[in-house]
Amino acid sequence: MKDSYDILVVGGGPAGAVAARTAAEAGLSVLLVEKRSAVGVPVRSGESIGKDELLEFIEAEQRFIKAEIDSSVLIGPDSSKKTIHDGETIILDRKIFDRELIWRAAEAGAEIQVHARASAPIMEGEKVCGAVIEQHGKRYEVRAKIVIAADGIESKFAKWAGIDTTIPLDGIKSCAQYLVNDIDIDEKEMQFYISPEDAPGGHLWIFPKGKRSANIGVGILGTESADGKRACDYLNHFVEKNYPNGKITERSVGGVPVCKPLKETAADGILIVGDAARLSNPVTGHGIYNAMFTGRLAAEAAVSAVKNGNTSKEFLMAYDRAWRESDMGKEHERNCLVKENMA
Amino acid sequence: MITIRREVCGYCGACVSVCPSGALELIDAYLSVDSVLCKPKCKLCSTVCPLGAILRSEE
Ligand SMILES: Cc1cc2nc3c(=O)[nH]c(=O)nc-3n(C[C@H](O)[C@H](O)[C@H](O)COP(=O)(O)OP(=O)(O)OC[C@H]3O[C@@H](n4cnc5c(N)ncnc54)[C@H](O)[C@@H]3O)c2cc1C
Ligand code: SF4
Ligand code: SF4
Repeated sequence: MKDSYDILVVGGGPAGAVAARTAAEAGLSVLLVEKRSAVGVPVRSGESIGKDELLEFIEAEQRFIKAEIDSSVLIGPDSSKKTIHDGETIILDRKIFDRELIWRAAEAGAEIQVHARASAPIMEGEKVCGAVIEQHGKRYEVRAKIVIAADGIESKFAKWAGIDTTIPLDGIKSCAQYLVNDIDIDEKEMQFYISPEDAPGGHLWIFPKGKRSANIGVGILGTESADGKRACDYLNHFVEKNYPNGKITERSVGGVPVCKPLKETAADGILIVGDAARLSNPVTGHGIYNAMFTGRLAAEAAVSAVKNGNTSKEFLMAYDRAWRESDMGKEHERNCLVKENMA
Repeated sequence: MITIRREVCGYCGACVSVCPSGALELIDAYLSVDSVLCKPKCKLCSTVCPLGAILRSEE
């Protein structure tokens, strides 16, 4: 680890990895720190992404593709089925996918440090100028012209820098998921159960991961969560009822932001991307694409800022405008309205 | 005060994101709480947890 870089990326999920790769490809010096010992684990995801969306960032490789889906079905409270065909969907293996994205960043020239946690920003007045990094019991001060906060659901880095990233209880889905094997499923069909009994304020999903295997998960609204009525309780109930002989080989849990995005995703010396900026789709809970998309846009804004020698908030707000005005941003705004009307 | 049941926690960060006082953080393999920052009477983290890994003891 050096003392200073052009760009410091905090977090090694899809947002951070794409940001680091983009900035390194443009010739900047980049350090990415990931606090977990291994990128991508524990998995916190249903792992689905539109095929077109995936191809915008990486070629489809069989190594990280578990299934290709051609239909999505909504199942209502009265068991009514409605098929929604909205193009092909890929079910990823995120353990492999997230590492592949990190590897691409490294190949482009970014330095990657794992088990390295950003524990505080270095501030000069209001301006973020780097971060304190703790790794293997040692403490480093790393300066950077711009920090890209890609620290996911926790989003503590921006909070330490004075930006409120706290999610209200009615703006988060509390989720639990099992990988269930040896079950009868249609491996080409994704299912979404929308019913207050199965998942109050949210939905339950079945995403096939190849023959006789699927991610089965539940997300409920934070305000619906209580003792005996937690995401894990709804999940256990559903799996016991419908797949009593299924073999569970993985459990994952997580929170998905379904609130409005941060009011501003840039400040002096800092850009905020992906889940850290609260940019998951508030209807479906999917955020991999938005994370990669904003990661790339932020890196492009950072490259331009470094080349112009101007890392002020005023200059970096170009990133904030860029994603809000993009197709992704407009769709996100529409989805926020849909979510509000559902409530 | 809250009590974190490490044997139950799934290291997901949902609780961290709803904590208004920044008292929670995933550090190394575990969720940690800063008992100075944690607010009395608040139980947002224990409510949101998908697994029920945070116990709130009465003040
Ligand atoms: C149960 C569940 C199911 C989901 N299903 C889907 C789905 O089917 N499709 C979809 O598109 N999305 C899904 N999502 C959402 C998706 O997983 C996220 O939107 C996506 O991972 C966001 O990417 P990110 O890079 O912003 O954050 P993350 O992937 O969360 O990465 C953030 C990284 O930052 C690291 N970090 C945090 N703080 C620090 C620090 N201080 N220092 C260093 N590193 C730090 C974390 O360890 C983590 O690795 C699901 C989420 C959940 C919880
Ligand atoms: S929400 Fe629950 S499972 Fe997730 S990190 Fe917090 S205590 Fe652990
Ligand atoms: S009880 Fe409230 S203040 Fe304390 S850690 Fe939990 S969410 Fe934060």
